[in-house]
Amino acid sequence: MTAKSKQTDVLRFTETTDLTIPTLRILDADGKLRKNAHEPVIDKATALKIYENMAYIRVLDERMLAAQRQGRLSFYLTCTGEEASVVGSIAGFKSHDMVMSQYREQAALRYRGFSSEQFMNQLLSNDLDFGKGRQMPIHYGSHELNYMTISSPLATQIPQAAGYAYGQKLAGKDACTICYFGDGAASEGDFHAGLNMAAVSNCPVVFVVRNNGYAISTPTSEQFAGDGIAPRGIGYGISSIRVDGNDILAVYAASVEARRLALQTNAPVIIETMSYRLGAHSTSDDPSSYRNADEEEIWRQKDPILRMKKWLLDKGWWSDQQDHQLKTQYKKEILDALKSQEKRPSPPLSDLITDVYKTPPLHLRQQYTELLNHIAKYPDHYLPNPNNSGHQSALTQVN
Amino acid sequence: MPQINLLQAVNSALDTAMAHDPRVICLGQDIGQFGGVFRATSKLQEKYGKQRCFNTPITEQGIVGFSIGLAAQGSIAVAEIQFADYIFPAFDQIVNEAAKFRYRSGDQFNCGGLTIRTPYGGGIAGGLYHSQSPEAYFCHTPGLKVVIPSTAYQAKGLLLSAIRDPDPVIFFEPKAIYRAEVGEVPDDDYEIPLGVAEVVTEGADITLVGWGAQMHQLHRAAKMALQDGISCEVIDLRTLLPWDLETVAASVNKTGRLIISHEAPRTGGFAGEISAAVQEQCFLSLESPIMRVAGMDTPFPLVFEKEYLPDYLKVYEAIKQSVNF
Repeated sequence: MTAKSKQTDVLRFTETTDLTIPTLRILDADGKLRKNAHEPVIDKATALKIYENMAYIRVLDERMLAAQRQGRLSFYLTCTGEEASVVGSIAGFKSHDMVMSQYREQAALRYRGFSSEQFMNQLLSNDLDFGKGRQMPIHYGSHELNYMTISSPLATQIPQAAGYAYGQKLAGKDACTICYFGDGAASEGDFHAGLNMAAVSNCPVVFVVRNNGYAISTPTSEQFAGDGIAPRGIGYGISSIRVDGNDILAVYAASVEARRLALQTNAPVIIETMSYRLGAHSTSDDPSSYRNADEEEIWRQKDPILRMKKWLLDKGWWSDQQDHQLKTQYKKEILDALKSQEKRPSPPLSDLITDVYKTPPLHLRQQYTELLNHIAKYPDHYLPNPNNSGHQSALTQVN
Repeated sequence: MPQINLLQAVNSALDTAMAHDPRVICLGQDIGQFGGVFRATSKLQEKYGKQRCFNTPITEQGIVGFSIGLAAQGSIAVAEIQFADYIFPAFDQIVNEAAKFRYRSGDQFNCGGLTIRTPYGGGIAGGLYHSQSPEAYFCHTPGLKVVIPSTAYQAKGLLLSAIRDPDPVIFFEPKAIYRAEVGEVPDDDYEIPLGVAEVVTEGADITLVGWGAQMHQLHRAAKMALQDGISCEVIDLRTLLPWDLETVAASVNKTGRLIISHEAPRTGGFAGEISAAVQEQCFLSLESPIMRVAGMDTPFPLVFEKEYLPDYLKVYEAIKQSVNF
């Protein structure tokens, strides 16, 4: 049903400036509570967990970027600059809520408990990778942690999240779905399809849009003409809020409230977090060709981790010494995990044909047998990884 | 046993599935109170409520994406795409998402509970956009199953199997024979296994393979050929992915000749795949080249629909050519 429209005698077009969405900010640049702002209820343990997760991801990203440069990983993608948008939002949800993310939200997965070894297993495509070495690095997923496996096509998770949330509602669970994507993905048809479906079907799903200024090299000024993403939610009949994505308290407060709203009203909610992608899009990208260092420097000054640290220090919940210790510990933990997990073998070759269907059909089994017979003729050519026990065991099946 | 048409058999399958499993949910454009533009979902909303049978906005990618999410959550989603001609906005969701959901997650997640029903094919004066047979696009996608019934009995049994199958299935319904195709269909619950072809008529001289509405043309052509003393073995493939090469190859090894017929355009049509696979298996048994009787390589026409379609006369001529090679 259309909202009741008032009648008017005046011929006037509604201007885009008639609806501009404000940005919620609780902490100022120095990590001080802004005058008139309400500090959300947050206990020390949660605050520290949030901070530690942000710090962990910063170290992970730095180390993995370096590992990629050394040729130890084929690909990587950092979350640098957007840690508060991701950790602040996931912290507002429960561990049984489903996460359907884009690809820059590794911090949410860490918050749920993904270990350094598990990150490495996926990044290195070894035999312990939950995805069985099938997807490029950073395509994480964990059934145990209610974190849906990432897929490369953009925005496809948006209508899926609506459907997932609808299922949660029918099952009568006190659970919702949190769906992440970026400002670029919001141009895809699936964004519009998903938001409309979610609103019309009353789905308890919270959409978190990371507006980080860029889609690879394309700035938001060339991505959309309107006032960002949040106003689009209003057009679809969805409660929407915009927050300073580098302000951990603003993101957290909005997320706690968004979850409550989504579940209480059985309706979708949108949070647009305004931030900046400080790093490259991925290791295959070089931002120096499309933006200048001055712009990056301005945002470096707004570092969300630093801002939260100042707030924690003021509260007396954290010290510089603890900070130093933590980062050293993370660095060691991550490098140890990298070293140990890169020694592991690849998944078995038989994983090539499993999970296409629940049970491999006849034609796939025949193709696999043909492949094994062929490999048996040229084993050296097809065994690039000396750690690969998979091929050997597969060959034994044939012989 | 009651005599019902193919459309009523689809409705009966949906009713049976929803009655037996509360997780089954039907969604699509106009499928609610209206019961769908063809009435395949008639009375389902009345019986099972708006939460389990509901209208969606006009967004095919939204319908399929939403259904994938539902299935991943643990529901059994049966989505209707009003015409197969309009399935393409959902192509990415079907090909990149549904088909790869289990594989890419290492079996941590799956959307096997997904079935997409969609009416396909010509014969209703539907022109370019209410007539197409896009099955081959989907047969080129590992992870999907593609099923097409040709009778009322098959429609119910295959649809129940599709809904309960652990993999995502696209179920193409031959809309030209929705009402014309009438047969005995049990009220009870029954399933016809996927991936198994049916030898409908046994014969000795030549094998005819088809699916969906095209089966009628094959049967009619086979009857004409019989007048000429040619005995046709007629096979209904029923499932196109994964398809039953064994049954087809056994038949061709016996008859030595094969004609495959479909409405879709010849180039890149599924007959090409069948033809290639059969010659690999049956090369020494073949007495004549494998032939395809298919739609022409044009968009689906309106006024020349009759001329475009691979009807029984074209099949009959192909039979004679093959036998007299």
